Amino acid sequence: MRLLKILQRLLAALPVALGVAVLAFLFLRFLPGDPVEIMLGDTQVSKQQIAELRHQLNLDQPIGAQLVHFFGQLSHGQLGTSIVKNEAVASLIGNALPATIELTFATVLVALLIALPVGVLSAIYQGTWLDRAVLSGALLGISMPSFWFGLLLILLFAVEAHLLPTSGRISSTLLVDKRTGFMLIDTLLAGDLRAFGDAVRHLVLPALTLGVVFAAVLARVVRSSMIEALHRQYVTTARAKGVREAAVIVKHALRNALIPAVTVAGLQVGELLGGNMIVETIFAWPGVGRLVVNSIFARDYVVVQGAVMLYAITYVGVNLLVDVIYTFLNPRIVL
Amino acid sequence: MRSERAIANGGAAYRAASALTAGRNVVRRLLRRPVGWIAGSIVTAYVLVAVLAPLLAPYAPGATDLAARLTPPSAHHWFGTDALGRDTFSRTLFGARVSLLVGFLTVTITSLFGTLLGAFAGFVRGPFDNVTARLTELLQAFPYLIFAIAMMAFLGPGFWNLIWALSLKGWVEFYRLARGEALAQSATEYVEAARALGQRRGRTLLRELLPNIVPSIMVLGTLRVGYFMVLEASLSFLGVGIPPSIPAWGSMVAEGRNVLFIAWWVSTIPGIALLVLVLAINLLGERLQEVLDPHRRVSS
Repeated sequence: MRLLKILQRLLAALPVALGVAVLAFLFLRFLPGDPVEIMLGDTQVSKQQIAELRHQLNLDQPIGAQLVHFFGQLSHGQLGTSIVKNEAVASLIGNALPATIELTFATVLVALLIALPVGVLSAIYQGTWLDRAVLSGALLGISMPSFWFGLLLILLFAVEAHLLPTSGRISSTLLVDKRTGFMLIDTLLAGDLRAFGDAVRHLVLPALTLGVVFAAVLARVVRSSMIEALHRQYVTTARAKGVREAAVIVKHALRNALIPAVTVAGLQVGELLGGNMIVETIFAWPGVGRLVVNSIFARDYVVVQGAVMLYAITYVGVNLLVDVIYTFLNPRIVL
Repeated sequence: MRSERAIANGGAAYRAASALTAGRNVVRRLLRRPVGWIAGSIVTAYVLVAVLAPLLAPYAPGATDLAARLTPPSAHHWFGTDALGRDTFSRTLFGARVSLLVGFLTVTITSLFGTLLGAFAGFVRGPFDNVTARLTELLQAFPYLIFAIAMMAFLGPGFWNLIWALSLKGWVEFYRLARGEALAQSATEYVEAARALGQRRGRTLLRELLPNIVPSIMVLGTLRVGYFMVLEASLSFLGVGIPPSIPAWGSMVAEGRNVLFIAWWVSTIPGIALLVLVLAINLLGERLQEVLDPHRRVSS
């Protein structure tokens, strides 16, 4: 029964994904400027070469036919070929994706490690100096421009203290066989603990930059839903039954308080999986975000289009996943 | 008939007067707690600095002095100089103009458009509501930064281009909030009463419904000012926001990035300026939420 409902939701999500595909397609075509001319820039080429390129990109066809062609490609799982790099967009994104996923997981880990205890403590000690300090810290985190915070961390940990590397995923002196694309897994598979440690060290600063800001948002959600849960009757009942306070907080209150936290975390993960353009750029992290930024600057709009598709699909998918997790946390919620 | 109109006119005057009193009350309560007036003073100070920048700045923001490149903070250059010998203090003062203008202009445009459209959609429902609601769902699934970077990359850096790029997607949150509120309010007694009294629907929307949506829009609007400022700075940081000739905090941070190892002040100081302003605005937004809707104090 539950599976059926999930399938139904999946079908309902499909039009949104398709709509975004159309939107991405139209958006990039209706922007001012001829993509071919912008792409070629100052390079001297003959009219015939321009016409050929236009033909190659299907730009000589009416917009409707282009759209049909685009969807034809999509239905075969193809996102087109990069204009600049002459490589399949799917493989470009596929190569960048593990880096982004790795960073996303590290970010979520950092955020949860900070936000859960801080949010719960803040709720338990509501109204005290601790609570006020948490709230102030959270607002500071929310107001923080991540591009600046990243540079600040580089300044503190890398420039002044020489503690951590500031760019890339692994030191260039270390060679690791690419198997899964996930640096942490690849280094372990190679049995190279030194390389693994190096990869972890590369991950710290970008994950901290994103994780601290994310933790600020999350801590507020955990705190407010925890406060709400602590005032519920089932908590009073549990206490009256003589359940230990720690068990009351973790088993009774926190479990219910997690629902809104899961939503916020889920939506954020969706956003992060699309690639964080700013932080990936600052730390030269070879993920999807940096790929998109570079592609936009190179006018490689086929890649941008593919990345937008990926983002939209993860966005829709994560929304759906959040709804499903809901039903496990609170069986009374029906999809 | 005539008496009815007189009542209506009297009503309008009464409404205006009461709106003014209400507004004054909100401001008074906003400033009652220290958080309120401290944040309020900070924002006011920034606005003053932005307006008076030409008088306050010791140097012209674009004046280069190659002999004094990357000098650390000193009595001559309070915040030091950048790689071209430009005075960081003066540039930071001028940078307030871009951030404040972009933040407030974008919020004004997006909140007006989004609120009107959303309130209308929630009020009339039907096909109009369906179409616009689906459109906003699509826009929400479209990543903001890609949207803005792509638009700016094609339009080229520029102040109005930036406002455009931010506004085209920024109205969606206001739309969704206003629509939700309009849907909820439509079911309340006062709207019912207006309908029962035979009030025209347009009038009900403008006179009854919208004023009741305004408080939550104001809270969202205040919080969005800071959001747009950070977004603008991020775009300028990437080099697709404000043109380099105009001093903006985002591009200043970017300029300092290359000299981070030898001149920390070039990047950090404009960032602090931005952080403090955004923080003050967010504090005001939260305080406003407490004042306008005490029931929501717990939720974030």
